[in-house]
Amino acid sequence: MIIGIPKEIFSGERRVAVAPENIEKFRKIGYEVLVEANAGSEARLPDVSYKSAGATISSEAKEVWAKADLILKVRPPSEEEVSLLKEGATLISFIQPAQNEELVKSLAARKINVIAMDCVPRISRAQSMDALSSMANVAGYRAMVEAAHEFGRFFTGQITAAGKVPPAKVLVIGAGVAGLAAIGTARNMGAIVRAFDTRPAVKEEVKSLGAEFLGLDFEEDGAGSGGYAKVMSKEFIEAEMKLFAEQAAEVDVIVTTAMIPGKKAPILITEEMVKSMKEGSVVVDLAAEGGGNCELTESGAAKRVHGVTILGYSDLPSRLPTQSSRLFGNNLTKLLQLLGGPADFSIDFEDEILRGATVAKDGEVTWPPPEAELSQQPAKPKADPEPASEISDSKGYSFFSPGIIFGVLAVILFALGWKGENEFLDQLTVFVLACFVGYMVVWNVTPALHTPLMSVTNAISGIIVIGGMLFVTGAEPWTDTKSILSGVAIFLATINVAGGFLVTQRMLKMFRKE
Amino acid sequence: MNEGLVTTAYLVSGILFVLSLGGLSKQETARKGNLYGILGMALAILATFFSGQVENFKLLIPLMLGGAVIGAVLAKRVEMTSMPELVAILHSFVGAAAVLVGLSSFLDPGHALMAGNDKFIHEIEILLGVFIGGVTFTGSVIAFGKLRGSLSGKPILLPARHVLNLGMVGASIWWGSQFLQQGHDPAWVSLLIVMAISFVLGVHLIVAIGGADMPVVVSMLNSYSGWAAAAAGFMLKNDLLIITGALVGSSGAILSYIMCKAMNRSLANVIFGGFGTSSGSSPGAGSEVEGSITETSADEVAEELKEAKEVMIVPGYGMAVAQAQHVVKDITETLRAKDVNVRFGIHPVAGRLPGHMNVLLAEANVPYDIVFEMDEINDDLPDVDLLLVVGANDIVNPSALEDSSSPIAGMPVIEAWKAKSVVALKRSMAAGYSGVENPLYFKNNTDMLFGDAKDTLSAVYSAL
Repeated sequence: MIIGIPKEIFSGERRVAVAPENIEKFRKIGYEVLVEANAGSEARLPDVSYKSAGATISSEAKEVWAKADLILKVRPPSEEEVSLLKEGATLISFIQPAQNEELVKSLAARKINVIAMDCVPRISRAQSMDALSSMANVAGYRAMVEAAHEFGRFFTGQITAAGKVPPAKVLVIGAGVAGLAAIGTARNMGAIVRAFDTRPAVKEEVKSLGAEFLGLDFEEDGAGSGGYAKVMSKEFIEAEMKLFAEQAAEVDVIVTTAMIPGKKAPILITEEMVKSMKEGSVVVDLAAEGGGNCELTESGAAKRVHGVTILGYSDLPSRLPTQSSRLFGNNLTKLLQLLGGPADFSIDFEDEILRGATVAKDGEVTWPPPEAELSQQPAKPKADPEPASEISDSKGYSFFSPGIIFGVLAVILFALGWKGENEFLDQLTVFVLACFVGYMVVWNVTPALHTPLMSVTNAISGIIVIGGMLFVTGAEPWTDTKSILSGVAIFLATINVAGGFLVTQRMLKMFRKE
Repeated sequence: MNEGLVTTAYLVSGILFVLSLGGLSKQETARKGNLYGILGMALAILATFFSGQVENFKLLIPLMLGGAVIGAVLAKRVEMTSMPELVAILHSFVGAAAVLVGLSSFLDPGHALMAGNDKFIHEIEILLGVFIGGVTFTGSVIAFGKLRGSLSGKPILLPARHVLNLGMVGASIWWGSQFLQQGHDPAWVSLLIVMAISFVLGVHLIVAIGGADMPVVVSMLNSYSGWAAAAAGFMLKNDLLIITGALVGSSGAILSYIMCKAMNRSLANVIFGGFGTSSGSSPGAGSEVEGSITETSADEVAEELKEAKEVMIVPGYGMAVAQAQHVVKDITETLRAKDVNVRFGIHPVAGRLPGHMNVLLAEANVPYDIVFEMDEINDDLPDVDLLLVVGANDIVNPSALEDSSSPIAGMPVIEAWKAKSVVALKRSMAAGYSGVENPLYFKNNTDMLFGDAKDTLSAVYSAL
């Protein structure tokens, strides 16, 4: 089977679906790889690197499209590209089936199997294939880099010979993957970062990155399905807007990432707020493509209004093409491993991930997938391990419970005392006392010393040699069964004594401290 | 030497033994502890020599010297990885010695002179000594075989084995009661029969226990060998033997108990064996493992190690089998030289002997202050950049906590999956000793590195 990697033709798109290091993995599973010439040149991944990874370079785009059984791409294909596809081939790329219904239909009509990278279910198992997350991560980083580029000052505070520089204040709205990446980047550049999100659950993640979480004094959880937030109540939105208005006047940079799937992005930053911002401030609107979170955003462009630079770039991942391509390629590689090698390639609808991501198969549109509970969080394990271990703990304990042992011993001692066997009773007393001493002494042993302890006790139990010594009697002991038996006992026990002590010493010598 | 002096000497050596065990419970005092033990033993033997009860030095001295030389050679030659075998075979010596001393005690003319209650109690003591000694002897030999691999580590379960065990104990009691009533010569035969039964029982008890339960078995046999010595002490009316036997017996019992607790199983469950097979259901049926395995290469692992700041190594029996502890140490040194914080996480029942991993790491010269117990490191795991699992399986199995139907449910484990990324070194995808699938290998942050741990780690080391 041949994998084809065409050059992206969408204007301004600099990414490529697959990086050279992924090619090796594809070839390991058994695929041949055909790469269009200059496919990765915009992402600084030259043809040579693909070639040395084992790919064949084709200068003809048509050849790639026509020959490949499996096309890996970033952007949805254009009409012309669809017509180039081999019938029955499989296409994996971003599709956005909700917006591109016609495209999906035309692909299905040509019997193309289509797997949409943007439809990979957001479940734990699919994290490694979640291209939306990996692109959002890049976008968040790049958003902050763009903001820093436009912003006329340092992000970090400094006290220099030439005067004091205050740190920049950054507000990030929406702490999803992109938001968190933006927060992390801004923190690393030294800015003071505040973040807002409707989902209180992300508070900890925000804090862990060193940003301040702006909360509303309001009880409403904004967690929706699939890792997105849901639409909030009117009262909540009012409180939220008030907070943004206060913050806008204070901060230097605002990054917004609020998107609700299938809906127009909510307006969070009004013209009023922009007006209240300081001269030279920057707004980066990551939701520009979905209509923008800022009233003044122009999708795909940068503009300056009321002294504030508003960036509406919709191609942020493409502005960091090498990184994006690598991550996207890794996501594709994981997905391909799920699909199998050329020998056992199949789009298995039993698999939750493949079912969710496949938008067309065998000539039929299979999007949207049947409703299934796709929660991002795995269900909590039902059985709480704690009680279980406690129960067995107490069970194990009862076996050794001092109370029971005492009771049994007391009964035995009384029974024997009754009979008046004094000598034996003395010995038993010694025995019981020694047991308790052993118990007390050994109870707190460091687990690391279990082996040495065991070999020492082993050596000590060689004390039985004394028993043997007492029985080797007579002038010619070798004629007497008893003495021979004892002799053997002595011999064995001394092996034990010497071996046990010496090996312990050897072990203990090895334990060293720095 | 008069009797009072001998008694005093015995008392002192008893105290020295207590100090020895006490010393062995802390790293700092461990060496002194061993020294106390040696002193106590030397004192006890010398005191017996000069007690006036020992008559035949011509035979004794060569015997003891011979034994000491063999013991010393064994101790010097033994590979640290085969420590479990050595300990097991030494236990069998004590067991055998106890049997022999019991038999001698019966044959001793002194015994024939006893009468009434004294004789009765003495005979019971002989019976117990021979019986416990016999079980210890053959049990340890079987444990030795299993640990060496010359016997299969799988539990061998005869049908109705509990009934069989009970039957054997019952038969021993019956022959024992015969022994108590019979005259000297038929009693001797009865005693030998009891001995034979105890031998069979020892074999049968231990073959039913699986390889990974060997830490518990070895320390249990240690305990038995102590009880056997104590029984001999009763026969001989020798307090030192009683004290020492009791010390060893109880310390072994406690060790076994600690081990069992670490596996969240009762002692009875381990002793009566058949773990993981008794439920009748196919192993791991309780949980369906989903996800895929990601294989990695030695070079990639080396790269990851270079970039990590916090590295944790969790060794298991696989490290011992592959003798990989020295390579592990070399990797550790290299990383520590680069200011990487490398630590070791040791599960209490990793390996085939209590504390097995600690001994191996110590042999490889890994300083013990970077070696931590499970409870000490479990909380730190989320900060660990890379966790290397070297030949361990069940002790890092998340099913123990997440899947209540798993045979190992409730067993405390090292929560390896909490680390940022995990590389598991393993020979193959075979399930661990308990026969349970390990979902750890299917987690997203886990990569697998297949092959013999020593070879793969050597490759990693050279890539570093």
